[in-house]
This record gives sequence, C-alpha cells and structure tokens, in this order.
Amino acid sequence: MNLVSAGFFLGIVGLTLIVTYIAAKRTSSATDFYTAGGGLKGWQNGFAIAGDYLSAAAFLGVSGAIALTGFDGFFFSVGYVVANLVLLYMIAEPMRNLGRFTLADMLTARFNEKRIRGVAATGTIIIVILYMIAQLVGAGALIKLLFGIDYWVAVLIVGVMMTTYVLFGGMTATSWVQIIKAGLLLFGTFLLAILVFKQFNFNLLTMFSTISENYGDEYLVPGMKYSSSIDSVSMMMALVLGTSGLPHILMRFFTVKDAKTARSSISWTTWITAIFFSLTIFLGFGAMHFVGFDAIIAENAAGNTAAPLLAEFLGGNVLLSFICAVAFATILAVVSGLVLTGASAISHDIYGEILNDGKLTEKQQVLAARIGSISIAIVSIILALFAQNLNVSFLVSFAFCIGASANLPVILYTIYWKKFNSNGAVAAMVTGLVSCLVLGAMGPNIWSPTGNAIFVGDPLVNLSVPAIITIPLSFLAGYLGSVLTAHKVEKAEAERVYQEIRVKAHTGVSVQDVSH
Amino acid sequence: MMDEKQSESKKHDNINYDVIDRMDSFNAFVKKKNTLLFGITAAFLTFYILLPILAFTSVLQQQAIGSITWVWVYSLALFIMTIILCMIYVKMAGKFDKEAAAVLAEYKKAGVSR
Repeated sequence: MNLVSAGFFLGIVGLTLIVTYIAAKRTSSATDFYTAGGGLKGWQNGFAIAGDYLSAAAFLGVSGAIALTGFDGFFFSVGYVVANLVLLYMIAEPMRNLGRFTLADMLTARFNEKRIRGVAATGTIIIVILYMIAQLVGAGALIKLLFGIDYWVAVLIVGVMMTTYVLFGGMTATSWVQIIKAGLLLFGTFLLAILVFKQFNFNLLTMFSTISENYGDEYLVPGMKYSSSIDSVSMMMALVLGTSGLPHILMRFFTVKDAKTARSSISWTTWITAIFFSLTIFLGFGAMHFVGFDAIIAENAAGNTAAPLLAEFLGGNVLLSFICAVAFATILAVVSGLVLTGASAISHDIYGEILNDGKLTEKQQVLAARIGSISIAIVSIILALFAQNLNVSFLVSFAFCIGASANLPVILYTIYWKKFNSNGAVAAMVTGLVSCLVLGAMGPNIWSPTGNAIFVGDPLVNLSVPAIITIPLSFLAGYLGSVLTAHKVEKAEAERVYQEIRVKAHTGVSVQDVSH
Repeated sequence: MMDEKQSESKKHDNINYDVIDRMDSFNAFVKKKNTLLFGITAAFLTFYILLPILAFTSVLQQQAIGSITWVWVYSLALFIMTIILCMIYVKMAGKFDKEAAAVLAEYKKAGVSR
C-alpha cells in the first residue's frame, strides 16, 4: 500500500461517511428508510439507478471480457443499454403509480394475498444474495490485489461499510453513495477512454485496424466465447428483460414522487449508461493492446482486473489508485442498494406485512428494517467468504435470468392483463424461479467435462444462462395458471380491483394514497 | 403542480374507479397508449434480438469501414436507437399526461353534475 492509494480510498470512505451522517438525521420513518421520503429529483434518481446498475460486473467485468474475447464481451454492453428501454416503455411509470416500498407491494396492490407477497419476497432475497455474493467476491479480489490484505479481511471491510451506510442512513445515504459513485465512475471511465484514444491518435479506424492486425480479425466478430447463436440469444434475453425484474432497480422508482419523475430518472440513466458502455470499447481494446492478454490473465483469469491494469499503464500509480478507488466505490454503492432491498423483503414484506399483518408502528418498522439490514448483510458476508473461487459474472448473469423469469412476467401481467389472477401469479413466479435454479444446476457453469466447473461431467442443458427456456415457461405458467383457475375466482371483485389498478397505472391518480 | 396533486390526494379515497374505467375517453386513451408502447417495444426487442442471431452469420461479420465489422455498426445503431426512443418516449409521455389529466377532469366534471 502507498500513500496515494490510501488517500483515494480514505477520501471515498470519508465522503460516504459524511453523507451517511447527514442522511441519518433525516431518516426517522419507514418511508425515509426505504424510499428516502420519496423526494429524490429525476437527475438524482437517474444517477442513483445508474449507480445501482453499473456494478463491478459492468465496469471490471465487461472491460475485461472485451479485452479477452473482443466483440463477445461487448454483447453485455449492448444488452445493458437497450434494457433501459424496457424499463422506460413498460415498467417504470406503472411501477411508481402502483407500488410503495417493494415489488411485493406492487403485486399485492392487485392480489392482496400473503402467498403472493411471500413468493415475491423469496425471489427478491434470492436475487439479492446471488448478486451480493458476486459483488463481495469481486470487492475482496480487488482490495486484495491493491493492498495485499487477506480476502476475508477485505470482504469484512466492505461488509461493515455497506451495513453502516444502510443502517444509519437508509435509502437517503444509499442513494447519495450511488450518485457519487456514478459520477466518479463516469469520470474515471471517460478519462481512461480519452487516454486510450489518444494513443490511437483519436482515430477509431486506427484502433480497430491495430487490433485486427496484431491480434486477428476474430476479436472484431463474435465467436470467441459464444460458439452458438442460441447461447448468446439466451444471454441477451436475460440481460434486456432481467433489468426490469431486478428488485433493487425496481425499488428505486419509489424514491421519486410521481410517474413523471420516474420517467425523467430513466431518461438520465439511459444517457449515462449509453455513454458509459460506449466507452467500454476503448477500455477493452486498450487493455488488450497495452496490457496484453497474458498479463491480464496472469493477474485474474476472468479478466476482472483489466481496467485497473490499463490505468496503471496509462497513468502510473496515481491513475491505478484512482481507478481502484472508483471500483471500490462502485462495489460499495451496489452492495448498499442490495442490502436495503434485501432488508425491505425481510423486514417489510415478511416480518411486517405477512407475520404482523402490516400493523407495526412507525418505530417498529424502522427497527425491523435495521435488524433486517444487519441479517442480510451477515448472511451475505458469510456466504461470500466461502465463494471466493466462484465465477462472479456467472452469478450476476444468473441474477438477471431470475429477474427476467420470476419477476418480469408477473409484473407485466399484473399491470396489463385483465384476466390474470393470483394463482397465475404464483405459478409464474414459482415456475420462473424454480426453472432457473434447476436448469442452472444442470448447466455448463456447474458441470464441465474438463473440470472447469464445480462437478465433472457433461452439462444436461448446454446454455450458460437458461433464459430462452425459463422466460417463455414463466409466461406460459402465468397464463395457464390464470386460465385454468378462472372459475374459482370471484369475478366481480377481481374486475373491480383490476379497474382500480388500470386507472391508477395509466393516470397516476392517487400516487399518494396507494396501499395506505 | 405538486401542491395541486397533494391536495387532490385527500379526496382520492372516494374516487370511483369503476366509473373512470368505463369512460370512453379513458378506454380510448389506454388503448392508444398500449398499442403505441407495446408496438414500439416489440419493434425494438426484435431489432435487438436480431443482433446475436445475425452476428453469427456472414451478414454482420464482413468489414464495413476499414477493419470495423458490421456487428459494431449494428451495435452502434442499437445505442443510437436507445437514445432516440428514449427521447421519443419522454415526448409521447408528456402528451399522455395531458390526456390522462383530461380524462380525470372529465370524470370530476361529471361527478359535480351528478
């Protein structure tokens, strides 16, 4: 460790703690804790969504993947960017108009049944834990690389930081940590990209021809990682539809006052992510050319440290330290959002609404939220300690797959389909979740004939992400579940509730009184 | 705008959703909105999912400009599409807001005369 990197790290830690301190004073009710009082501005929430969205997997993972596999790595970038449109066109505004704190709140606005809330909360917790393990493992590796401290100490440091933000500052602190991080990340990436572009005399053609002349044309077309179209189609489906089903992204729409602000949030996020992911080309190709395949692989087989190594080449120790500090901030921001989302499912959905029928006082709710935050943080830290050698990008893409399969179909049906009923909702969520887990367990990330995965053997399902099967399956289950049990549903009542949902979703009337 | 909304919210408990849901103007509005949104979504998802399909064919693997192959050009087009559709949505949604407000105004007016 040296003074420069220690300075950057302490700067970030200090800044985020100040933010948390200020936020703590404003966090007294459950609404403050879960939604920052619903008072964020569009640009603030837009940056915060970008802060949630641009995880370490996006920053370190994608640039590393482009450096090692060329265009195949860039597939991710395209998926993450277009995913904004699904959120914007289909999800964001109705979500704001119907929900309160969590995804389950939105679903139970239509189907007021505890089993719906229970299944939705379970899905949320599974996604949050998978995603969080991935982030914590990445954070541990990064800090280990920089400071040479043990993996478990590194995980513990990140774990304590994230718990502190959420525990004291709730959604307000979490949002501001995410806003700061998104700003830093955008700046850092822009800086790296400009420095790389300068090396190619600010000429795109030179950059691409240098890559193809030195490393071969295969880097400029797909095929290095994905051998078949179907595997990459499945992955792309998970990315574009999964974003709209990720609970920590959905939760962010409750931090703004109305649909109009939700819309402008996503508009900001779209610009930020489009700029960021365009720049990943420069980071990836820069790392490929200036750091080199062997040097990247030597440091981390998955290429997760390609961007920091590139920074070291371009700007020496100072830039390396800065970029690592940015990556650290990135991870902190994402895990804080995840802790908060996990807590909302445990404390609000399961403890507050299911076990106590929503009869907790304001004080009890905040206390429950804090205990929930600590619990989910401890569980994730313990799991992450054992997961050091798991493939991080697999966990993240898997979380997207569950979001796309277990959550998105049920959200769309709830908003837009009149004949949808609670049996269909349970069927869709359970089918999406179970099929992802089962097909994933039979897939190539678990089974490999050469011993690259957990077990040795041929994978039964040769798709790294089974979204192409699980998403249609979940839609089908939701449809059949509703149609087959239609006779059991009290028609007049179901129709009355859907009329209310439809009016609220499309007009935004009564955003203030939803589920009160 | 905000104040108006907040003061309105107190009256929401007695909103008759059934009446709004049956209003012709509301149904015409929702139908138009859904047709537009679902239509555009289907279009951009199709354009998007064609990337990983076409990317493995020779169509997109040929060079477009210098060493840059068509897959990159297609991806760039998807980025630009995202930005443009985002701006279009914001513009459309502004109009939807006005139509929704008109529907609610009509409902209130009818309520007063009832």
